[in-house]
Amino acid sequence: MSDHALNTRQAPPAEFDRRAFFTKIGLGSLGIAAAGTIVFSYEYLSPNVLYEPSPIVNIGKPQDFALNSVTMDVNAAIYLVRADEGYFALSMVCTHLGCLTAWNQDLGIIKCPCHGSEFTRTGQKIEGPAPKPLPWLKTWVSDEGDLMVDRSTDIPPLQYLRI
Amino acid sequence: MPTKADQIIEQVRASRVWRSVFRSGTGNSTLHRALAIQQNIFLHLFATKVRKRMVRFSATWYLGTLTLGTFLILVITGVLLMLYYHPSVPQAYADMKDLQFVVSSGLFLRNLHRWSAQLMVFLVFAHMFKVFYRGAYRTPREFNWVIGIVLLLITLLLSYTGYLLPWDQLAYWAITVGSNLSSAVPLIGSKIHFLLLGGNQVNANALLRFYVLHCVILPLAAILFIAIHFWRIRKDGGLYVQQSDPKAQAAAENEPAAKEAK
Repeated sequence: MSDHALNTRQAPPAEFDRRAFFTKIGLGSLGIAAAGTIVFSYEYLSPNVLYEPSPIVNIGKPQDFALNSVTMDVNAAIYLVRADEGYFALSMVCTHLGCLTAWNQDLGIIKCPCHGSEFTRTGQKIEGPAPKPLPWLKTWVSDEGDLMVDRSTDIPPLQYLRI
Repeated sequence: MPTKADQIIEQVRASRVWRSVFRSGTGNSTLHRALAIQQNIFLHLFATKVRKRMVRFSATWYLGTLTLGTFLILVITGVLLMLYYHPSVPQAYADMKDLQFVVSSGLFLRNLHRWSAQLMVFLVFAHMFKVFYRGAYRTPREFNWVIGIVLLLITLLLSYTGYLLPWDQLAYWAITVGSNLSSAVPLIGSKIHFLLLGGNQVNANALLRFYVLHCVILPLAAILFIAIHFWRIRKDGGLYVQQSDPKAQAAAENEPAAKEAK
């Protein structure tokens, strides 16, 4: 308790210490300014408007897709599958590290060229490092009768679109 | 007997202009030589005197110096490449091809930049292995090892950010995969990914951000930490030399440190 012995020799704590007060004010304002700088830097570095393609894509008329077919749209990075139960859209982007997977017609599976992940037609993982199945994407029919896919909205698997 | 050339050199060294730039004087005494090092902004990072055994090839294999050499080559060739390269989606790939096939010496400069980059990563690792296995990271040099780790990370980040700039398929997918690694950081992973790319996908913003990181931010950080790294060599008692005899080793380790303490 050497601190205690030291304190008894100092001036009574009730006395106003101007130097300590200004030091606190100064450090406090610096802290607020630093916090503000971090917030402003973060906001400046996050773009508010992105000139990226719209997540919603029109992929054509439903009848253009044959029954039990998997259609790859490389530009939109989606699979449009027409199964017996109905239509569904699957993201082509591998859940491992974001490579574009590809449909292998002969084996009837989806394979990723980067690290060897394999998926079934419904997106379930067969093997490889991918941690999650390929997500199902929100799909609907527009007023003009076109199939629409929203690539930014995942839906639970096995929700087929029946037309 | 001084030759004619020696006389001319002495005349230049004694001239008023030379003395205004280099103030250590015209003499060749030990003091004059020490002052020449100490009073130079670049050389003062280093010790004014080094022991002969410290600068022998066998002491360090010159791996750190060679790493600095590749860094200097990369800065010079990189600045020259910047004169023809536009970091924009429609032009980046075409500019890279122009450098290879249209610009005079463009192929040479681009290849020199690329090979020096590969060599620098190799040399950094070789330097670190050498330091590690010789035990040169031990007291009083622990902090310089930490600075070295920072420099390793900067080197790898420079290598990584430069990889996107050719804007070909290899670059695009390597950066897609690499930037997705940052998403694995707990809680803030997707935010880091978004800030790094300036968007959700590898696109125009990502190209520009990687360009600025590669050409401005990371090189400045590298120069700063290289300066600290070199200065710390002097402060930590000079270059590390391993002695085969343990007693000589202990003596060698205490001796330069004691000198520095003055």
